[in-house]
Parts: sequence; structure tokens; C-alpha cells
Amino acid sequence: MNYEAVIGLEVHVQIKTHSKVFTRVGAGFGYEPNTLTDPVVLALPGTLPVMNKAALDAIIKAGLLLGCDIAPICKWDRKQYFYPDSPKNYQISQYDQPICIGGLVEIELPGAARNVMGEHKKIPLTRIHLEEDVGKLNHHATDSLVDYNRAGTPLMEIVSEPAMHTAEEAFAYLTSIRNTMIYGGISDCDMEKGQLRCDANISIRPIGETKLGTKVELKNLNSISYVRDGIAHEIKRQLAVVAAGGKLIQETRDYDGVAGTSQSLRSKEMAHDYRYFPDPDLMPVHVDEAWKAELLRTCPELPFDKQRRLIADYQIPYTITSVLIPDRELSDFFEATAQLAGTGRAQAVGNWIANDLLRELGAAKLPLSASKISPTNLATLIQLIDAGTLLNAAAKEVFATMFATGDAPAAIVARLGLAAAPTDAGELESWCRDSIAANPKALAEFKSGKDSAINAFKGPIMKAAKGKANPKLVDETLRRLLAEA
Amino acid sequence: MSAPLHFQTIAELSARIAAGQISALELTQAMIARTKAVEPRVHAFNSFDEADALVQAAASDARRSAGQSAGALDGIPVGLKDVIAVAGQPLTASSKMLANFVSPYDATVTQKLKGAGAVLHGRLNCDEFAMGSSTENSAFGPTSNPWDLTRTPGGSSGGSAAALSAGAAVATLGSDTGGSIRQPAALCGLVGLKPTYGLISRYGLIAYASSLDQIGPFARTVEDAAIMLGAIAGHDLRDSTSFKTEIPDYRAELKTRRGPWKLGIPKEYFGAGLDPEVGAAVEKAIAFYSSQGCEIREVSLPHTQYCLDTYYIIATAEASSNLARYDGIRYGHRTSAAKDLLDVYQKSRAEGFGDEVKRRIILGTYVLSSGYYDAYYLRAQKVRTLIRQDFLNAYREVDALITPTSPIPAFKLGEKSADPLAMYLCDIYTIGVNLAGLPALSLPCGFTQNGLPIGLQLIGQPFREADLLATAHAYEQAHGWNTQFPLL
Amino acid sequence: MSQPAELNIDRVAELSRLALTPEEKTRFSAQLGSILGHIEQLTKVDVTGIEPTAHAFPLNNVWAADVAQPALALSAALRNAPAQRDHMIVVPKVVD
Repeated sequence: MNYEAVIGLEVHVQIKTHSKVFTRVGAGFGYEPNTLTDPVVLALPGTLPVMNKAALDAIIKAGLLLGCDIAPICKWDRKQYFYPDSPKNYQISQYDQPICIGGLVEIELPGAARNVMGEHKKIPLTRIHLEEDVGKLNHHATDSLVDYNRAGTPLMEIVSEPAMHTAEEAFAYLTSIRNTMIYGGISDCDMEKGQLRCDANISIRPIGETKLGTKVELKNLNSISYVRDGIAHEIKRQLAVVAAGGKLIQETRDYDGVAGTSQSLRSKEMAHDYRYFPDPDLMPVHVDEAWKAELLRTCPELPFDKQRRLIADYQIPYTITSVLIPDRELSDFFEATAQLAGTGRAQAVGNWIANDLLRELGAAKLPLSASKISPTNLATLIQLIDAGTLLNAAAKEVFATMFATGDAPAAIVARLGLAAAPTDAGELESWCRDSIAANPKALAEFKSGKDSAINAFKGPIMKAAKGKANPKLVDETLRRLLAEA
Repeated sequence: MSAPLHFQTIAELSARIAAGQISALELTQAMIARTKAVEPRVHAFNSFDEADALVQAAASDARRSAGQSAGALDGIPVGLKDVIAVAGQPLTASSKMLANFVSPYDATVTQKLKGAGAVLHGRLNCDEFAMGSSTENSAFGPTSNPWDLTRTPGGSSGGSAAALSAGAAVATLGSDTGGSIRQPAALCGLVGLKPTYGLISRYGLIAYASSLDQIGPFARTVEDAAIMLGAIAGHDLRDSTSFKTEIPDYRAELKTRRGPWKLGIPKEYFGAGLDPEVGAAVEKAIAFYSSQGCEIREVSLPHTQYCLDTYYIIATAEASSNLARYDGIRYGHRTSAAKDLLDVYQKSRAEGFGDEVKRRIILGTYVLSSGYYDAYYLRAQKVRTLIRQDFLNAYREVDALITPTSPIPAFKLGEKSADPLAMYLCDIYTIGVNLAGLPALSLPCGFTQNGLPIGLQLIGQPFREADLLATAHAYEQAHGWNTQFPLL
Repeated sequence: MSQPAELNIDRVAELSRLALTPEEKTRFSAQLGSILGHIEQLTKVDVTGIEPTAHAFPLNNVWAADVAQPALALSAALRNAPAQRDHMIVVPKVVD
């Protein structure tokens, strides 16, 4: 019998705010233990929660970006369970009236080759709701230590329908959510800092069956590649159990990304009964059209829409867009530069950004925002090359200086004497004639239609010109003479 | 002839302080001496910080001599129920669970009282986590009624009532979830006000049932209650359920708001279980209002019989959740007998909570548990809507309602402690008000033949405390029950 | 809820994280049984079409602006902790 896997993901995204979701002490990562607390975070007797408007704005914006319906009214519920990382022993969450309902996440599957765009699909969402994050447990040999700095950080839970079937789809789904959240300024989605976390519900069923099989929840998928590897591993494990005549049990498993294995979490705990009920300390949220419209104005173009537009408007290859698109600032930088550089130069702009700029930034360990190269200067550099004023080798040197100093390329060219030498037309023509005469084989090949044979004539010309001839002029002169020859 | 110093009112004492007849320090010293004299018999306090009180009193005198007196409460000793947070002071909720807890922060009402210059001198006993009607559920022992030491002062704010009644404070704060201010006020011969839900910030009040809890004052007179209310009322950004509303000068309004009022008598509040002496005293009070030209009308609150059940579902459900934080992890009692995490939870809580708290947590957990939510909690919330509508319907016809506060006067300590249901019935006239979120006050309306105080309850309209206080003031001015004091 | 519901005291005590003695279980079961019996009368109320009341007064959109306030001093945060080490709260080893 042939089986298919069915995968649903629960993705937790920390919202980037100054203060926590139900109290105003600061939120952040990397602080000394228990220095981001206040009486509310610690659930001291008598404390009360107060909503953070920015967290609400952020989740509504996330919902708008993912095509969710925004509920006109949503409320807050208490999810009750005892655990040391949960100071109140209930978590403020949203049970039956989440703020975002439905929605679609566009994903791209791997293409046939790296330079070919893959198939696009839309994965349906069930809901997105807002809740508070819990503290962090540090396990030691004989005890555990609790740090409440993270407790109360605004956290979105994005729940997909069980609508994915491969680890690749899950990987693509998570990538898409991450790119979208970063575009929206909603979260930095740094998995190492726990800003993006993922649990997967995985089951298998015979192809053609519509009922879901026994569900296994896979936890601790704490890097984006663990998500792919862990799910692939779990599907294989389930298929093996069934192939061996075994029976799957509903359980939670912990994936160890380093070892590439998973383990059942056999909790001695009694079965959960969360006893959800509306939080009497918090008032419902009413979202009207004006509020939605205001947030809609702050919504950026979605990554995939931008990618399609860049390909269509700038005629640049897919490969370059797949480098630019995940980074909103980088792709904005591309557009600004391409517009300044002028028609026909977008691909060059893309190449310079994707190769040279990213390499320099990587070497200097700097973000784009710290780069000294402006779109204007990069566009000018490309125009100089295109006009034949600057040869490629010299351009690389100019670029490195631009990166280091932020100076305009023309100034650097003048300072370093890197401009292509103005060539006497008569002299150039005589070098060209000499080169053609010296290479009858290449001449014959060119005449028979092999256009690239023209390059064979260029080396001797450049040599004669000591490397400073304008390559565009050389090419034009050669073609004219070859046509006559 | 004025009463002994320890039985004087805020109005009287603030006038004497202003006139330079007594300093805040002298008053506080007198209050400390009185407390020491009566406390062994009454046991109203869980803790008393004498040194801190004297520092506050001296600061008040310094303000006054600098011409910066903060008003009527400046220098007045005020006691707080031990469920209201004061920075640097114990906060126990009369529970072993919090026996060693010291609050690092102030409740909003605490900040407001400090701002008004009050001398916050003690933490007052109550039923554990404010659950009870007799103050016998305190882990630190019961409080006695100053009028008869063998009897309960009522509860849960029994310490707040007894301390004031015994002359160990000039005013106190309590909290009222189902009658916990009004019932002890009635049993101790005091004015006790439960304000409209949302008028007073709950920030810093240990939560029992969040949708019902409200802080309010105990005072000797309606005027004093008005002074206290004015000091603590107002919107607070730290309490999402607090209401933005104009706060009038309640004390000044006592003189400007005059009847006659249309008063409603809810017939369901005068049925079986009402002590005849209490009933007679309330009837007399109704006759007084009638004699003053008030129109008295019988009204019906048809869902009254369901108040108790609705209350016990909603209150215990919320309590089971609110009290989950007391787990011995971050603060509070932690068992010494834990071999694992589950033990820390189960044993710390079993050791830290008393019987009534355990009972209510169990009941509340049960009514919220899977499969029972709709039948209990959701249904109770719907009945709550009907109960609230009953009151709002009545207010189409009348300005306020008159009822007894408690069906019975102060009962003997121990009399009801073995029968939770009998204890719960003490609240039958007070809990509807909490379910509907309304303001209500209890004021003295006489004594039984045994000399026990009787309380009259006036129930007002949302956020119209000024009218409620004026209505009570009219009765009080004509009677003067508040000039009688217990012999201690 | 047509007949008095069965209160499974063991299960509810577990959910409540209360270690009850056998004597407490028996006593609380009996006391809560009589309270639940009393509560049964709520089934008589017709609540068809009635909205539940979660708050005494309907307010909505109560929030604060996202401006960070100072944190509680570490010493104050840990002041009441029964057990602490390395500025963290100590609990028995947590096994998932």
C-alpha cells in the first residue's frame, strides 16, 4: 500500500515590541536572568494584566499580510496548567475567539535546478492568536533553574491546516512565514533567539484515504533545517512502523537535530484539561474597519509578489531574485539602484549586489544598513563601466574603495587613475587590423558564424593598449573591420 | 459631648488636627495605645508596624507645619485588610501560604491613601483569601466582634470591621466579593460601602473572584465613608476593568443631593430565613424614609433565588484560577517534603491553604473542567445576565433599593464553621449586588435586644455613589446609631 | 446536569494540585456534593438566547501604549523566593 504524510505546523512567532504583552516592563533577549521582570510578570499577589496596543497592531498586520479574516471581536482566555515557567500557572491566550481566522501562506517548492523557479502553492491557515510567552528553564544535574525574562513576551501562534505532505513543503512554509514576518517588521524571526519556534503534527495515511491517521506531535524543531530533517525523519519512522506491521500511537516526540533521532516524551503527568475560561481581568478587543485600514497602509508588498514584479519589471534572472527577496532592505536597495542606473543595467546591478556587496558585507560582518555604498554611487559605478570609462578589473578596485570609504566612484577613479585611457581611433584601428591579420583561423571561424571567435582578436589588442583600451570601442571597431574583411 | 478620641470620626479628627488641638503623631500614638489595649481580646490585626506608623505620622505633621497638608485624611490612621499590597509590608491574605510574604509594591489604593497623607498602620485579619463570612477561616486565628467577643465580626473583612469598631483605627479598607464589606459592617455597627465594580482600582488587591471583587471603605459615618471613597476612587491604567468616570466630591455632595427618593423594596429579600429583629429594624428604616416623603414601592428581582448558586460557580471558578499562582515556586510556602516537582505543587498547596480555600478551589476546578463548563460556568454567566437585568429593570421605577444587609445579626464563633452551606446563606442579600456590579452600602439601623448591631443595605445605581451616600446620610442624620460604641 | 453530577475528587484534586488526605477527600466530597445539589436548581432557569456576562460593565479596547518601564530590581524580584541560585528560582529537576 502507498502512504502519504499529512503535516500541520504550529508556529510561534515572538512579536518585536518594546514592552511585554500584558505589562510594561521591557522585553528583550540576552539580559541577565530575572532582570526583565516586574510584579505582573512574576504573578505576585494582586497584579493585573494590561494589553499592549503595539502587540495587537502587530498581530492584526500579520493577519492582513497572510490574508486572514480579522475578527471584529476577540477576547482573552486563561489556559490553565501548572508548570514552573508559567508564573500564574495559567497562560493568557485566545481559545474560541482568536483575532485572525483563516488565511493562506504562499510557498515555493524547490525548482528543477537552482536557477529555476519552483512550483508555488498556497497552504491554508486555521487561525492566528496572541498569547504570552513563558519563562525559560535551565536544566542541571539535580535541579532546574527558572529565568522569567522571557515570560510575558508577546507571542503569536500561527496554526496551519493539516495540508502539507512533505518535509520540503513544511520547510518552504516556515521560510515563507519568516520572510513575511520580517517584511512586516513584526518579528526578526531569529530561531537561535527563540523568536521563531515550530511544532509539527505528523501522521500518515493510505493514499486515497481522507481521514487523518494517528497524530504524532514533534517538538523542539529549533532551526529551520531541523524542521525539514525532523519531519522527514518522522515520516520515515512512521512508514517503517507501519511496514513492520506495528501500530502508531498518539504521542509527543522530541527531535534531536544533532543526532538526527527522536524520542518519545513519556510524560508522567496526568492528561491535560486546560479549563479555558474568559479572563475576567481583560476586556475584549473590537477591531473596526478604520483600524484595519490604518494597518493595511503599513503593510509591505509580500515577498513572492515582489519577486514576481522584480523579474517582470527588471528582467533579472530568478537566481538573483532568490538572493535579494528574503531580505527586504536588500531588495529595496536593488530597486533603488536599478532605477538610478537606467534601462538595461538591472542585471548588472543585481550581480554587483548579489556577488560583490554581499561578499563585502559578509567579510565585514555588517548589515546592509551599515554599508557605506549608496544606491546612487553603485548606479554611477555601473554606468561608468557601461560607458567604457572603467574596465572590470579596475571597477572591482573602485568598488572595494567605495565600500571602505563611501566616496563617489568618479572621485575614486580620478584619485587612483583607474580610468580607461582615451584611445586614438586611428591607433586602435591599426591594432585591430594587425590582430585580424595575425589570426586567419579565428577570422574563418567568425565568418562561418561563430560570434565568440571575435574574442580571440581582443587579447593582442589589449596587450598593445597596455590594458587601458575601452573594451566597448574595441568590440565595435573589430566588428566593423571584420564585416569589411 | 464628643466621643473618646479613638471613637471619633475622620471629620472630627481632621478638624482637630487642622485646628492644632492634636498632632498626627499624638493621634497615632493614641491609636497604638488603644490597639495594644484591645487587640488581645479582638485580634483584628495580622501585623502592626508601630515604628513605620510613627514615621508616617511625623511626616504628616511636617507637611502640615510646612503648609502642605494633603487634606482631610492627612495624619489619619487607616488600616488595610491584609489582601491589599503595601510596599515593604507583609501581605498574607491570612493564609499560611503567604505567612512570610513581603510585598515589593503598593496597591493603587495604597498609593492613593499615601498621597492623601493617611497613616497606614496595620494589616487587618480576614478570612483566608477573603473566602468566608466570619473571619474564622484565617490561618492566624479568628477575630472577635467587639460588641460581643464570643461572636464573629462577620467576614471576610472581619478584621477591618472589628478594628474600627474597637477604636483601633479611624477608618479601614476591606474588599467585597459577595458581601465581605457590608456584612461585617452590619454585624459591627459600621458604615461599609461596596462601590460600583470598576470605580476603585483592583491593582494590588489579592484576587479572589476578579469579576466580583471590589475594594471599599469601612467608616463610622456616611460622611467618613464619602471622604474615604473620594480618596481611593478613580480610573487606573493598571486595572483594565477600571472605569473612566468623573469622580465628584462625595463629601460635598452629601449636602447638595436631597430626596425625596423613590425607594424599592425587593420582596424576595424579606422571605424565610430573615431574623425577625433584623426584619423589624429594616421595616422601621423604611417607615422613616416614607415619613420623609420618599415614595416606597415594592419591586421584584425574580432571579434572586439563583444568586447564591450563580455566585458560587463564578466565584469559585475564578478563584481556582486566581489561586493557581500560589505554588511555592517564586514565593510563598514551599513544602519541605518534596521529592519532585509535582510534590512541590501538591504538598505546598495542601499545607499552605486552609479547608475553605481548598473547597472552593476544588469546586471551581470542577465547574471549569472538561465536559462541565457549559452546564455550570457558561450557564451561571447567563443567569448572571438575568440577575443584572432584574436590578436594571427595578431602576426604571426606583432610585435605590432597601434591604437587610445580613439575614441575621452576629452569630457565635464556631456556630457555622462545620456547615459551609449554612455559612454561604449569610450572603444571600449581598451577593446579587456583586453579580450585577452595583454599588451598595450597609449602615447601622438599630440593635437587637441582646445589643447586637443591625445593618440596613441600600443598593444604588452604577457609578451613582453620591446619590447612594446622600440617601444613607439622610437616615443617619436622623438616627445617630453611630454614637453608640461597644464596651471593651 | 439533570441528576447531581458526579464529582471525581481524585481527578479534581490532581488538576488543582492539592494533595488531599483520604479524610479530606471524604469530607470535601460530602460537602461539595450538597453544594452541587443546591446548584442543580440553576437548570430550572430558561437561559435561551441570553448572552453570558463575563464583565459587570462592557468595556473594550482597554490597553496601554508600548512604552517600556523600568524592571523590578533583581533583589526585589527574588526577595520572596523559597530557593534561588545564580539569580534564578530553583525547582526540583523538571522532566518533560
